[in-house]
Amino acid sequence: MSRLTFTLRHAPEERLDLSALTPKGLARLDRKAIAAIRIGQSKRGATVGDIFRVAGKDISDIVFEGGNEHFDGVGTGLDGGAVRVTGDVGARAGRAMRAGNLIIEGSVGPHAGSAMRGGRIEIFGNAGDHLGGPLAGELAGMNGGQIVVRSRAGDYAGDRMRRGLIAVLKGAGDYPGARMIAGTLVVLGDVGDLPGYLMRRGSIILDRPPKKSSPSFVACGAPELAFAGLLDRHLIAEGIVKRPLLGPAPNRLGGDNAVLGLGEILFPAK
Amino acid sequence: MRPLKVNGVVIDDTFAEAFGMRATAIIVTAPNRKWARQAAISMTGFATSVIACGCEAAIDVELPPAATPDGRPGVRVMLFSVSTDELQKQLVNRVGQCVLTSPGSACYAGLSGPTELKLGGALRYFGDGWQISKKLGGKHYWRVPVMDGEFLIEATTGMTKEAVGGGNLLLLADSSAKALLAAEAAVEAMDKVHGAIMPFPGGIVRSGSKVGGKYKGMVASTNNAFAPTLRGVSKSELGPDINAVLEIVIDGETSDAVAAAMKAGIAAVTALGPEKGAKRISAGNYGGKLGKFHYHLKALLP
Repeated sequence: MSRLTFTLRHAPEERLDLSALTPKGLARLDRKAIAAIRIGQSKRGATVGDIFRVAGKDISDIVFEGGNEHFDGVGTGLDGGAVRVTGDVGARAGRAMRAGNLIIEGSVGPHAGSAMRGGRIEIFGNAGDHLGGPLAGELAGMNGGQIVVRSRAGDYAGDRMRRGLIAVLKGAGDYPGARMIAGTLVVLGDVGDLPGYLMRRGSIILDRPPKKSSPSFVACGAPELAFAGLLDRHLIAEGIVKRPLLGPAPNRLGGDNAVLGLGEILFPAK
Repeated sequence: MRPLKVNGVVIDDTFAEAFGMRATAIIVTAPNRKWARQAAISMTGFATSVIACGCEAAIDVELPPAATPDGRPGVRVMLFSVSTDELQKQLVNRVGQCVLTSPGSACYAGLSGPTELKLGGALRYFGDGWQISKKLGGKHYWRVPVMDGEFLIEATTGMTKEAVGGGNLLLLADSSAKALLAAEAAVEAMDKVHGAIMPFPGGIVRSGSKVGGKYKGMVASTNNAFAPTLRGVSKSELGPDINAVLEIVIDGETSDAVAAAMKAGIAAVTALGPEKGAKRISAGNYGGKLGKFHYHLKALLP
């Protein structure tokens, strides 16, 4: 069975809610019913058939040929199978994902991986603000799974993250790991101001000392940590880094002592 | 009937009788091989027999850095016991007192299985609230702050109910030195078998036992049939030319591991020959009624 492909006919003129176009959302729908799903979010209310040419049958392997920054909610609630987009997407990609793979070959808007509990998201371009973060009113951000951003993330990456792993390979904006509850945030490249701002627990892993860290973080020296070796090997096995990042005895900053203070920022000792 | 001989070593037409056990395994790592071994040796001390130690434990294999979860030298340790509860208790006590305390150590699951035993899940409380929970790649770890940094320990390890305890070989020689040489050769060969341990000192037992005894309350007593000094006073299994018997007891993750270890041991002893080592190889059993697993020596010849 060939994969289900949504080929973009033309750039949409309104924001699209693509949250229904997942293996679960499309189960037991025939081609006609799929084409009739309303995805447009304005009064135009475009349907799938208006925007995409649909081909293929295998709903466990969905491909969007062509992307657009108006594509919101791609892979929402994905609980198995794969969704791939060959271009950019908008907000809330992979929101509340539980399992499976979401691959975005372009960039994503804000709140990618928000409330995610499992599975993997791989973003080849940039990620917007609040990567893995909670929507307004939610108590926790990402709650499991793995997000890899091959380029840069915006501000508040890993905001209120509770579990799982986020790796950003080409730098992040301000406040990465803000208000983290737990989990692991890896950022290679420059990070903006105050990484780990008000983090309670969790680990922020950097490849260089933070330029501007909060005064409520304290230096905890560079003790030997078996965990550093374990994490390095995990990151290599996942294809996130090619060689060990932290080494056996990384520098450790403990904080944020303005709150609970059980979090950490680790970076290689020079 | 002529006795079966391999390279001049007589192989008794008998079998080793072994029992089903519960087993678990952990991987202990340290900054170097010396300290990985030290932690493992400490935790497997006084773990020769379930008769009085609570469990039987030993190093299974040494692992090179590339084969351990954190990229440091390590060893795989196996523990065997008769019940899940006792195995759990022994595991936590031994890791808590001997691995947690050993410099630079870390501890990971060495077995995956449907049943799990608590490892870090029980020892994390040593962290007194400063312990850190980490989930990576579907595994759960605890990081416990200690004086030289951190003790990293996986939350659980697996347990198998398919394990076998009590596989054995009896090596009969005309002198203690030859018996020891044969036993050492056997243990060296058996060490190479993965998933099998020889829990006695250096893998060797000199005080093989029988079930019960004449004194009330004795669970086990001396194996008089194989004790050379008792040849004249009790029913003996020993010929006039035998002056020393040493036993090797094998516990295996599976029945196949026990058989493979016994086979490797027999091959090593027969290769040594009767002049340098053992004249005869036998095995201990209880008539075949007590243990579920029987290992016939004839079937394990090299």
